[in-house]
Amino acid sequence: MAHRQENLIALAGNPNCGKTTLFNAITGERRHVGNYPGITVEKKEGYCRVNGGQIQLVDLPGTYSLTAYSPEELVARNYLIQDRPDAVINIVDSSNLDRNLYLTVQLLELGIPVLIALNMIDMAAARGLEINAEELGRRLRLPVIPTVARTGRGKKELIEAAAQLVQKSPVWEPLSISYGPDIDPVLDKMEALIGSAGFLTDSLPARWTALKYLEADGEVIRKGKEKDPVLSGKLEELAEQVSQHLQKTLDSYPEAIIADHRYGFISALLKEGVVKQSHKADRLYLSDQLDRVLTNRFFGPVLMMLIIYAVYKFTFTYSKVPVGWLEAGFSELGRFADSSLPPGPFKSLIISGVIDGVGGVLGFVPLILFMFFAIAILEDTGYLARVAYMLDRVFRTFGLHGSSVMAYIISGGIAGGCAVPGVLAARTLRSPRERLATLITAPFMNCGAKLPVFAMLIAAFFSAKEAQVMFLLTVLSWVAALLIAKLIRSTILRGPSTPFLLELPPYRLPTFKGLLIHTWERAWQYIRKAGTIILAISILFWALMSFPGLPETEKKIYDEQRASILAGGEAPQPTSPLKPPDRRPGQASSAANPGGGPDSQARLQEVDNEEAQAALKNSIAGRIGSGLTLITSVNGFDWRTNVALLSGIAAKEIIISTMGTAYSLGRSRRGEQIPLSGRLAADSSWTPLKALSLIIFIMLYAPCFATITCIIRESSWKWGLFSMVFNTLTAFIVSALVYRGGLWLGLG
Amino acid sequence: MAVIPLRKMAKGQKGTIHRVTASGEIGRRIRDMGLVPGTPFQVQGRAPLKDPVAIRLRNFTLALRNNESDFIEAEVEEV
Repeated sequence: MAHRQENLIALAGNPNCGKTTLFNAITGERRHVGNYPGITVEKKEGYCRVNGGQIQLVDLPGTYSLTAYSPEELVARNYLIQDRPDAVINIVDSSNLDRNLYLTVQLLELGIPVLIALNMIDMAAARGLEINAEELGRRLRLPVIPTVARTGRGKKELIEAAAQLVQKSPVWEPLSISYGPDIDPVLDKMEALIGSAGFLTDSLPARWTALKYLEADGEVIRKGKEKDPVLSGKLEELAEQVSQHLQKTLDSYPEAIIADHRYGFISALLKEGVVKQSHKADRLYLSDQLDRVLTNRFFGPVLMMLIIYAVYKFTFTYSKVPVGWLEAGFSELGRFADSSLPPGPFKSLIISGVIDGVGGVLGFVPLILFMFFAIAILEDTGYLARVAYMLDRVFRTFGLHGSSVMAYIISGGIAGGCAVPGVLAARTLRSPRERLATLITAPFMNCGAKLPVFAMLIAAFFSAKEAQVMFLLTVLSWVAALLIAKLIRSTILRGPSTPFLLELPPYRLPTFKGLLIHTWERAWQYIRKAGTIILAISILFWALMSFPGLPETEKKIYDEQRASILAGGEAPQPTSPLKPPDRRPGQASSAANPGGGPDSQARLQEVDNEEAQAALKNSIAGRIGSGLTLITSVNGFDWRTNVALLSGIAAKEIIISTMGTAYSLGRSRRGEQIPLSGRLAADSSWTPLKALSLIIFIMLYAPCFATITCIIRESSWKWGLFSMVFNTLTAFIVSALVYRGGLWLGLG
Repeated sequence: MAVIPLRKMAKGQKGTIHRVTASGEIGRRIRDMGLVPGTPFQVQGRAPLKDPVAIRLRNFTLALRNNESDFIEAEVEEV
């Protein structure tokens, strides 16, 4: 570890202290965003040059403390202990020094060399706070540099001071503070025991380990037990004695006494000459005045609805243009491949597998960019925290968190969203159980891809009440998502809600550059990770729906039919009689002999369509669909519906085109729903009840693969697969209840 | 001076943290945010549905649920 090529410096600080802005300012263009192994906490790395040398910087997650309760804290702590950076730049919010220094004290107790960036010093000055950086540095015996991350002020001094500090290759010197007469004696005793046994001392200061035993830190105690169970047991016993003694005499806990003394240490540190408050502390700042309106009992919710609606409008309206470009580009590419590749399975793979797959991934990118940009504005201004504050009471009832609302809305809470950015928006949730419940239930919302399918079915069976039915479906998806979230949170994700202690940061104007960086980093992660998986899945689905193809004997029958149509007095066809089944609409007419009568063309098309239907039924997916009728007959679905639903896992809008093929209507592209709608309406085996059962199934069943991939990215494989199985099961049960219940009531 | 739970405090009322009666994760989180005995604070307001409550202390604003504020006892001026 000691022989690194370049110096490694970690950035640590509270959330909302301007850490990321400072990181971006220091590292310039050379950055890399990844994840810490196994968890979804973002890991940002970057480089900066100073005095001809290079320093590697790692942005640790924002934390208030270094306990082992949240993944962020654990990651930050383990990084410091295991990777042992040469120094830590601790960024503190100058207007909120005492709480920010709480983390500093813990860093110092760990012994790592620290330098402090007194950030947002301009805001502190505006609030009448005068901070003597030099004096603070003298008292803590470390460099303290005033900075303003937004403007870059102090950035150069900070990085030079950091370079100077690491050049001296300082040793780790843990700070030792007094925890009072109840804790100190036993702390000393434990420290001595740990020191003489060399217990964990290769990476941890003895006093720090002792403190963690007193604080009952699960992670450290677990490691201790592995290393030396006897000594660990002894330390636990000592801690337990103090704990019981404190509860008897002071009705308090060791960890409470420890926190009190840390804060005591900080207030002593800041007294007399470090911080001066020139005007009254409790005057109303602009931010508080804004809060009086924005979180007002009446205006707060109204404005919130407007703002959320604006985010939604912004995301989906303005992204339409670039989404259209991408769609046009990919269909152009498809046409090009269609005309330049020889017919056969390879061409079909390229068009239906690769181009459609990659198009599917990239098609979401403008949406994601716009959504992240809007969310970044809400996040960086501090408004998102207010949304969580105002809505927490409602969402908590269902075992969720105030911040869940963003994920719901974007996924299609206002019909027409998209679960891919919706699932990614759940990132702002810091509580793991609530976040998982949000991830699983957000895809129940009616996304933009489900809408054309609903529209087709509504047009066929509920044409008199289109708007009402659509509204009903939106309400239904909210009810389903919230109730199922409640169900999940009281069964598999049972447990008390994560403590809700949310800082409401002062409103700030975000910088445009910061917003862009924020947006791009998240979007790029999606493109990179999701792209490969979705491409693979897309190819898999193509194979499922194309193989094994029709046996030669059956193909021959269709070829003969075509030949006989062509021979029926019409001019001979110049093209090959073996038409590939993957041919796109529009292709048929251009390939057909212009001299052929409209009648023979239509009949040729009919044969093609029948062949496509037969091929689909014979494919692996078709066989699965037929097999599944054993179960899905409960919901009233036949093999055609099943295979369409199966293909819908690749992307929901494909349901229409697959159904079209299954009903021998030829491959219709998006938007061409009229013939299918009419076909279903005329079909006596279809009833409005069956259509409703199908709509409900589509609303609730497995998310599309793009979404599942994102769920996996945001949680784990286990939860991605769970969302697929669980949501499908939910869909099956609810839709079966509706269908069977309806039949029982005589609505069939 | 009287000691009352934070939940009972009115909007705008000032007080000083008297005691935090929680241990474990919730206790740790409360203390990490600087709510330790002797800290002066003011109730800033409540969310539209009366929960969570926002308090101002140490120059920042913190929102916490009523469930959490039940663990916090405050010293207030007697009315």
